[in-house]
Amino acid sequence: MTAKIAYDDVEVGTELPAQTFPVTRATLVRYAGASGDFNPIHWNEKFAVEVGLPDVIAHGMFTMAEAIRVVTDWVGDPAAVVEYGVRFTKPVVVPNDDKGATIEVSAKVAALLEDRQVRVDLLAKSGDQKVLGMSRAVVRLA
Amino acid sequence: MALDQSFVGRSYPPTDPYEVGREKIREFAVAVGDANPAYADPEAAKALGHPDVLAPPTFVFAITFKAAGQVIEDPQLGLDYSRVVHGDQKFAYTRPVYAGDRLTVTSTIENIKSLAGNDILDIRGEVHDAAGEHVVTAWTKLVARAAEEA
Repeated sequence: MTAKIAYDDVEVGTELPAQTFPVTRATLVRYAGASGDFNPIHWNEKFAVEVGLPDVIAHGMFTMAEAIRVVTDWVGDPAAVVEYGVRFTKPVVVPNDDKGATIEVSAKVAALLEDRQVRVDLLAKSGDQKVLGMSRAVVRLA
Repeated sequence: MALDQSFVGRSYPPTDPYEVGREKIREFAVAVGDANPAYADPEAAKALGHPDVLAPPTFVFAITFKAAGQVIEDPQLGLDYSRVVHGDQKFAYTRPVYAGDRLTVTSTIENIKSLAGNDILDIRGEVHDAAGEHVVTAWTKLVARAAEEA
């Protein structure tokens, strides 16, 4: 395990580089195949609307996978992530156009823990909506 | 109708082993647009001290959620899956998932709550490798929304 960020170099409030992730219908089809989650709410507009959604929505697990990239890119070694949890608060609505939607993720160190670990709190938004709640990772630093 | 509380604590038999493939990890990393070489290049993974490519932190969900199907589809429990949304998800790792791992999942119903007509089901999936060592625990909260009045 080779984290490139040292525990001694961070403090509560240290911000991780924020990132914006695009998501289009094509992205969702690819994720459905890779993850095995073929729920039609993630690719079939007619079905999504019939079950009361505004449009096709991204997989919550896709959003969760994107958000943690802010942490894994920062720390270098993805194995540094020892815990990761989120609450799915709002869906990411993905319109059927070339632009799709974006997921904006920012994160900061919220607590210093034992064993060179820190708690990182993440904020994931799509448009004006916060799409993940209680989004936290515990990361072991160098 | 509220789910039967007596199912709390019930564990289901371990799944057959799932063999984690290098190309499956690569496919997942591409699907989430993640170019971290530790997901695709064994040499890059070894440079970080790993035996082989590792899976991104949420990859294992595909395996634990499939295992949770034992619970979701248990006719005795009687969950209406057509009304289910994914509420929360959490992972706690003892070590990362590596290519070549043969993983089994033991699912346990950790909690059942009924709130304003919604059924809330917490499933814990314990993931072990072929040697029986713990790899990761996944907690999945499912919310079955109340059926509308007819």
